[in-house]
Amino acid sequence: MLLIPCPNCGPRDETEFHYGGQAHVPYPKDPAALNDREWAELLFYRDNPKGAFAERWVHSTGCRQWFNMLRDTVSYDIQAVYPTGAPRPDSATTTSASPEGAVQ
Amino acid sequence: MAETATSHTSARNHAEKDLAVRTSPASHLLEAFAAGSLAGTVELAELPYLTLLGVRAAAGTETADRLASVTGGLPAASGEIRGSGETSVLWLGPAEFLVVAPAEAHESLGGALIQALQSALADGEGQVVDLSANRTTFELTGPRARAVLEKGCSLDLHPREFKAGTAFSTMIGNIPAILWKTGEESFRVLPRASFADFLGRWLLDAMREYASAEVP
Ligand SMILES: [Zn+2]
Repeated sequence: MLLIPCPNCGPRDETEFHYGGQAHVPYPKDPAALNDREWAELLFYRDNPKGAFAERWVHSTGCRQWFNMLRDTVSYDIQAVYPTGAPRPDSATTTSASPEGAVQ
Repeated sequence: MAETATSHTSARNHAEKDLAVRTSPASHLLEAFAAGSLAGTVELAELPYLTLLGVRAAAGTETADRLASVTGGLPAASGEIRGSGETSVLWLGPAEFLVVAPAEAHESLGGALIQALQSALADGEGQVVDLSANRTTFELTGPRARAVLEKGCSLDLHPREFKAGTAFSTMIGNIPAILWKTGEESFRVLPRASFADFLGRWLLDAMREYASAEVP
């Protein structure tokens, strides 16, 4: 069970939250210009890093607000919690210094 | 003059008729709550028909200030409660609040709270919505009340952390509910109406060991 530090409510059990997938997936500037492959990648293709991963969470049974979180997918260490729209913070050096397939 | 008096009387008769047919979400558990309560240990009762109003407005805006002047303030952070008299405002989110007032504050009983808030909102960005039927209220009291809640709530309910006069949206018995500590040994639990039966029975079950004779 993760203890997630909600930026509004403080630390709460993981069961109070819902996961929103990878953060920082930009909506295309001109969606009509995308071909099928690009659409598929926008909708379904996500990074799967071993190590720090920026993801979206919503505190469903608390303040009902979305936020971003930087979580280590190996150690489950929560490295940062930051507002949606803010740039991804630098990730701390973790157990997986050079994760295979990680986004650089 | 006589006409006014007549229409007043008929409006009241209407209200009385409506009150006779309304049913609270846990009314069928009234007897079970009484039977499962033990005075001086832990007691559970439904406090039905409280006036609940959903209010949304961004902090620091003129709209929020106008709404705050009606309610007696708006809470600024998680857990905080503001209000005046019998009106309490619970913090649900950075721009979302729940106004809790006695049943008599509801417009169907001649109250004017929602109208006052709606005129304070005026054209401002936000909302004032009557949510009275959205939730019901349980009152759990007694020296064992905290132990009962601790069976199904992951918040730290120890009095050094959880102070009387604060309220949190959280999970109790695996369902979302608002937990409001009204006194050192008294709590209000506000589940949504459709969860009232489940949570009422869950609380009764959690109370059973304290309300039963001690096993030697
Ligand atoms: Zn929260």
